[in-house]
Amino acid sequence: MILSRRSIILSGISVAAAGALPGFAYAAAATPKRLVFVIQRGAADGLATVAPTGDPAFAAARRAMADETAGGAKIDPMFTLHPALAATAGLYTRRQAHFAHAVATSYRDRSHFDGQNMLEGGGSRPYGRDDGWVGRLLTLLPAAERDAIAIAPAVPLAMRGSVQVGTYAPSRLPQADADLIARLTALYQDDPLLNPLWDSAIRTQELASDIGGNNGRNGADLGKLAASLMLPADGARVMMVETGGWDTHSGQRGRLAAQLRGLDQLVGALQTGLGAAWTDTLVIVATEFGRTVEVNGTGGTDHGTASTAMLLGGGLAAGGTVSADWPGLNTAARYEGRDLKPTRSLESVIAGAVAHHYALDPQRVMTTLYPDV
Amino acid sequence: MAVQYLAANRFGLGRRFDDPAVSDPQGWLTRQLDEYDSAPAALAGLAGREAIANAYAEYRDERQAMRREMATAEGEDAMPQMAQRMARAGFRRYYAEAAGARLAAAIATPTPFPERLVHFWANHFAVSADKQTVVGFAGDYENMAIRPHIMGKFSDLLIAAVRHPAMLLYLDQAQSFGPDSVFAARIRNRGSRQAPGLNENLAREVMELHTLGVRTGYTQADVTSFAKALTGLTVAGFGRAAGPRFMPADARPGDILFIERLHQPGAQTILGKKYDQPRGQQAEAVLRDLAVHPATARHVATKLARHFTTDNPPTSLVDRLTRDFERSGGDLPSLYRVLIASPETWTGAPMMFKSPWDWCVSMLRSLKAPALGERQNIAAMFTQLGQPVWRPGSPKGYDDMVATWAGSAALMQRVELASRIAGRIGDRVDARQIAPLVLADALPPETAQAIARADSPGQGLAMLFASPAFLRR
Repeated sequence: MILSRRSIILSGISVAAAGALPGFAYAAAATPKRLVFVIQRGAADGLATVAPTGDPAFAAARRAMADETAGGAKIDPMFTLHPALAATAGLYTRRQAHFAHAVATSYRDRSHFDGQNMLEGGGSRPYGRDDGWVGRLLTLLPAAERDAIAIAPAVPLAMRGSVQVGTYAPSRLPQADADLIARLTALYQDDPLLNPLWDSAIRTQELASDIGGNNGRNGADLGKLAASLMLPADGARVMMVETGGWDTHSGQRGRLAAQLRGLDQLVGALQTGLGAAWTDTLVIVATEFGRTVEVNGTGGTDHGTASTAMLLGGGLAAGGTVSADWPGLNTAARYEGRDLKPTRSLESVIAGAVAHHYALDPQRVMTTLYPDV
Repeated sequence: MAVQYLAANRFGLGRRFDDPAVSDPQGWLTRQLDEYDSAPAALAGLAGREAIANAYAEYRDERQAMRREMATAEGEDAMPQMAQRMARAGFRRYYAEAAGARLAAAIATPTPFPERLVHFWANHFAVSADKQTVVGFAGDYENMAIRPHIMGKFSDLLIAAVRHPAMLLYLDQAQSFGPDSVFAARIRNRGSRQAPGLNENLAREVMELHTLGVRTGYTQADVTSFAKALTGLTVAGFGRAAGPRFMPADARPGDILFIERLHQPGAQTILGKKYDQPRGQQAEAVLRDLAVHPATARHVATKLARHFTTDNPPTSLVDRLTRDFERSGGDLPSLYRVLIASPETWTGAPMMFKSPWDWCVSMLRSLKAPALGERQNIAAMFTQLGQPVWRPGSPKGYDDMVATWAGSAALMQRVELASRIAGRIGDRVDARQIAPLVLADALPPETAQAIARADSPGQGLAMLFASPAFLRR
């Protein structure tokens, strides 16, 4: 599906039906650099995504879930990639994937709201900024590379700033995501009126769930869509993709596998869809904070601190490596005795990758993207 | 008792984000009866009756012209073009603008209790915009016939509602003629077999829906006589055969007129009472008597009581309101004071399920950030939610029952809209702060906890709007 950027209503909700638009020539883009920021809302568990299976304290802390990554690619003496990340593992062997571990923003509490605000805004305190790091990055780019779009109903904080950003959401009313539906099911549980209504609503409604749904195909569709928006010569050059459903307090094994499968297919479809342009593409995958080292009583993990960020693309500085100043997982080594301790700032990981990608002065990128940090 | 919550949601339209805390809910509601402004700023600048009537006339003429074109046009090529031109008709724009202004007024109002009553009475005296002639007038009807009269006597409200083009056109009064009127006699003399005659629609619905209530003892003869008394009352620019010939030269389209030559001459007997007033005063005399009839008192009392309690309102409350109606001669503020003072309206459970309108208004009142895009089609949004503005589909108006609104698909639609709004502005507002504000003393700990545990600010906001207490009032 090829979409004209002109069909995208800036900051609007709807977009013209793709089928009605003329096709585009696959002309080489005058400006080759492309950036995709995939936000994992809900605190993705970095310890299960890139599992430190080589850490002696890991198995004991994760107990029954220690084998969550069994069968995954052993990418390093210390780390094993979650088995759902098959395409990503392939990228890693081709030096097109890098994982920064034990990273966190400067936020140290455990509220999703505040954490995401910090991750996107790039400020030094929650709700401290009205613009975001991607939005500020756009001001550093030449005019031809500023075409930015968010696959979201409205411009997310990360992309807000002085440069106008488009949004794209499927023309159909976006349906409530599967995680929200699950939470409402719990909330309506004891309500004699709402409980049966909701039950039947869920049964009768075909739900388009988030990336983890439909055995990962939702993620693939999202990746295809993203590529189609970025590939054309006059397509978007900077994009933000929202993913939700990472808040795995219970039943993490199945849910996280589905989420990661979706993410993996998203990345795979993006790479395939962009073709040769993948060489000049950087994908940053990051979450607001990590999850507890220990497994909780419901087969899940609770809000933590440090997590993993992924850098993917054809021109990485350190593709095929995991970077970590590994703090260890024994209780004394943890942050507040429970979380993976952050040993490196996520802000510097992002700024460093962006500076390398656009060949910009790292210091200038850092002070522009994170002026308060 | 969750008095803060009930004052804000059952009586009001939901707490605004900037509303100060209310220490005395009953006093706050009572004060609103005095502070009510029947012409709020949000409604300024809407098209007036004449413009609306002219827009309809243009549409009608254009439609006729197109029909002629269609008759000569080759094939179906003209069809889409025609549909397009019809859709652009001015009166539809007036409807859309008025619906948007209605929402803006509801969101902005500092007197949400009277604003709710405006919506209540507009629905009690319902017109429905599925009739082309009504579409453009629906907003003007609420703003000019209902709003200025909700703080007076029921009789004046009734008369204002009946004497508006929207009602006269909706219930076919503009096509009702006295069988023995000068006009009908003239047509008969011409030898036409189809002499114009009576249309009972308005008379019947006034008795059944607006005043006495169904099966309260009036007969078909009463309806017929009342319909005869109403003849002569019509709208300039809309009459069919009677048309321009009988209209005074200075009548402007949309004007309400009494035209003697359309009126059924002579006295009428209705509910055992003889009415022989001259001209339009006959119908008004009937309306004034109907407005204070004991059956009307009970009918209105029951509907008001239901709106502020539940499907089957407590008899004690209905009785108290009925007595007050009879005692005060249908003084509406007096009834509102009874509602405020009655213990039955302040009991917590079972709570009413908000209509889509109520739910949406309360959601938007709670948010500082504009939750809807500038291009959002307000009318389409409420149609999607199952409650098109001013289009209940029948003169009975929307049912005021829990089961009317509490459906599974309807619930999913609300969750989806809440999600969409949360997606737009979720990261600019903090649902953890809004929840205790808007749900006040009825915020269940489970809801507060669920919001705080949401995986994003947007999800938290969607959960607030979809939470059991927020869905109710």
